[in-house]
Amino acid sequence: MSAFEQPRVNTRATLQSGLLIGIGLMAAIDEIVFHQLLAWHHFVDARSGAFALFSDGLLHAGELLFLVAGAFIARSLLQAQQFAPRHFKAALLLGAGGFQIFDGVVDHKILGLHQVRYVDPVWPYDVAWIGAGLLILVAGMLALRNARRHSADQ
Amino acid sequence: MIGHALLVVAVCAATLAYGRAWYACRNEWPLRRGLSWLAGAALALIALSPAMMHFGHARIEGHMIQHLMLGMYAPVGLVLAAPVTLALRVLPQRAGRTLVRLLASLPVRTLAHPVSAALLDIGAMFVLYLTPLYGFMHDTPWAGTLLHLHFLLAGCLFVWSIAGPDPAPHRPGPRLRLLVFFLAMALHGALSKYIYLHGYPLDSASTLEQRRLAAELMYYGGDLAAIAMAIAFFAALFKPCGTARHAGPNRKTNQAPNHS
Repeated sequence: MSAFEQPRVNTRATLQSGLLIGIGLMAAIDEIVFHQLLAWHHFVDARSGAFALFSDGLLHAGELLFLVAGAFIARSLLQAQQFAPRHFKAALLLGAGGFQIFDGVVDHKILGLHQVRYVDPVWPYDVAWIGAGLLILVAGMLALRNARRHSADQ
Repeated sequence: MIGHALLVVAVCAATLAYGRAWYACRNEWPLRRGLSWLAGAALALIALSPAMMHFGHARIEGHMIQHLMLGMYAPVGLVLAAPVTLALRVLPQRAGRTLVRLLASLPVRTLAHPVSAALLDIGAMFVLYLTPLYGFMHDTPWAGTLLHLHFLLAGCLFVWSIAGPDPAPHRPGPRLRLLVFFLAMALHGALSKYIYLHGYPLDSASTLEQRRLAAELMYYGGDLAAIAMAIAFFAALFKPCGTARHAGPNRKTNQAPNHS
């Protein structure tokens, strides 16, 4: 059987699906762990205006659609045997870390939609939140470098 | 009361019609579609049962559960059952053509456009909960029946316009539908949180705690329906890929004689 008959992996689409699922998963983990289980913040921040509520709604709707869309892209790649597992893991981490940083900087600090925890001082929590995001992002970059090197070797 | 009974009769009659058509093409009609209809109809009938009606009238949490079942879960089941596709299979040719012409007519196309469907479905909730309409509906029996009918029909229209499996040549493309779905979901979530924060509907006789519980039910309950709709939407969108998958092995067998 000739080489070109082997299905080629689609790294681009794999990265897309990993990013979508990573973002959706991180948002869901934030909501389930910090909101539902730890109850660090409530169903809705008492000071939120209509804009904050709407952007919160957009975020929530977006994460849900990202998760489902990412899962369907991954499924179709798996069915076509074009799935690249290493790239997927890297994109998962990049999406999760990127979202965590976006949430910590834009949502919490710039827009002030809600805080990590309602305590004074809140900055150690912000540092931990954004720092964790940075760590995941760096891990994702390393994983992506690895995945690229691995696929170049083949 | 009579209006309410008519609503129950209408759901039963539609189920009977669906069941007869399903029986007529029992060998070719997918089981999951038929089960989807039965689940949707059962949810609607439970929501309209005397016990649920009493619960929904007495407490706002009950109203919200009823609303979720009637306006969101039942429509998902009914629409994913592809009733129009089934009808076109069993209807005589002339009646089928009339149905297709009706679906392609300007009023139906306008009504079934994702934007108007979203306005009728989600938009009506803004009016219901933020204005004194809730109190009026609550205290006027015929208006209450009308409200239930509206929930069910607008819910079906919205699910159909976004993720309906029935053939719809005049439906806008997936990008617009996804955008409308996304915005409608965001507005639904924002409305539930707004209600929670400010204690709407203000003219409800319930306590603030009860209204807040209702708002949380609306928020998380809505997510469940949204997930089901998103899965239906993307499943339909990725269907061409699913068939293209078969092109792989097929191509191989086609090429096999050339290689050997």
